[in-house]
Amino acid sequence: MSAGAGAVVAARGLMKAYAANGVPVRAVDGVDLVVEAGETVSVMGPSGCGKSTLLHLLGGLERPEAGEIVLDGRRVDGLSETAWAVLRRRTIGFVFQAFNLVDELTAVENVELPALLIGAPSRRARRRALELMERLGVADRAGHLPDRLSGGERQRVAVARALINDARLILADEPTGNLDSRATGEILRLFADLGRSGQSLLMVSHDARVASTADRLLTMRDGAIVGHTRLDAGSSSALFADMAGLAHKGGHGPRGGEH
Amino acid sequence: MRDPILALLAKSPAHGYEVRQRLVEALGPPGQALNPGQVYVTLSRLERAGLVRVGQVSQQRHPDKKMYELTAAGSERVAEWLADVSWSKVTPTDFHLKLVAAAATGLADPVALVDAQRHELLRQLSEVQALTLAEPADSAGGLLLEGAALRLAADVRWLELCEQRWLERLAQSDRAGGAGRSDRNEER
Repeated sequence: MSAGAGAVVAARGLMKAYAANGVPVRAVDGVDLVVEAGETVSVMGPSGCGKSTLLHLLGGLERPEAGEIVLDGRRVDGLSETAWAVLRRRTIGFVFQAFNLVDELTAVENVELPALLIGAPSRRARRRALELMERLGVADRAGHLPDRLSGGERQRVAVARALINDARLILADEPTGNLDSRATGEILRLFADLGRSGQSLLMVSHDARVASTADRLLTMRDGAIVGHTRLDAGSSSALFADMAGLAHKGGHGPRGGEH
Repeated sequence: MRDPILALLAKSPAHGYEVRQRLVEALGPPGQALNPGQVYVTLSRLERAGLVRVGQVSQQRHPDKKMYELTAAGSERVAEWLADVSWSKVTPTDFHLKLVAAAATGLADPVALVDAQRHELLRQLSEVQALTLAEPADSAGGLLLEGAALRLAADVRWLELCEQRWLERLAQSDRAGGAGRSDRNEER
């Protein structure tokens, strides 16, 4: 039996190599990974450590040379291209680093496309698309073609598209790379809702502020996972008293008395 | 400066001038600004606190030289300092010296120290971020939290850099002599 039978995605012994100037480089070198339902996991690491490749392997965009992937209880690493495409539509929402929007479709048409592809009624798809775009602050750009959008707007459209089918698993490659802090906050709030509705998120980010919002954080180096941090945001009062310079001042804390 | 000076003595007993030299080597340009008097004052404070003991080395043509050496309590204090991952009052200089001292004395693996510190900061950052996301987007408190998050994230990035450099250094010194990770730390 494979590891993580109850997990949304489980991988074992994943390997992927590239030839760089004729020299084989192991981009992903024996990675084991489990993401449970409702869990968010982030992957950090220096550029070139293999984190994007890992995401591509898990989303079926690239094939591993060795190892196995179990998605939603089903072994998928041997699937054909077509079978992967079908699976991806229903089970995975992917936020690409390069957004990959369809140039000929408007922003809202891009967002609703995955819903239409799995046969959702078009009115419902449109409504849900606009709802997501509203939350991400790009509803007013709905009728624009991608080349009329800024980088940050394209990114938010790409995130909305990844979320529209309420996929069990969202894979996101630098989902906030082009965004200011307000837009980043909106995306992170949406991501936090995913966990509450039982969806899972695996994201790659070089930004510690984004990565630290996950339940768990994995650190990659040279294609391998070398660190694992559980991030249970607990009580922070001590940290903040300290931060605000409120500690060690005459012994009473921030709630020492009424003003 | 108390803890770094103490830790630099863990490598071997030294006289005040050598302690200052070790600090200057570890710090680079900012170390030049280090006043020798500061080092001596710190050393005598450490002596009074029972963390350091002083021996005399007699010299023929010069006055006797004081050699400073860690006491058992001093060694214990160094071990505590190396293992401590609280961050709020730590400066980059402190942490940098901690890594240098760890490598020089062999008391800890600098990469493991960076790792432990990074995990701790990421935990703190996740707390800040959880509160930030719970705040309405434009609240005044949110702005303060964002400042805290940015500073922690910058520290995390610097720690990533520390890890990378120390991995390179240790790999280099392994190749150079096989003498082990903790043997020498100064190569410039």
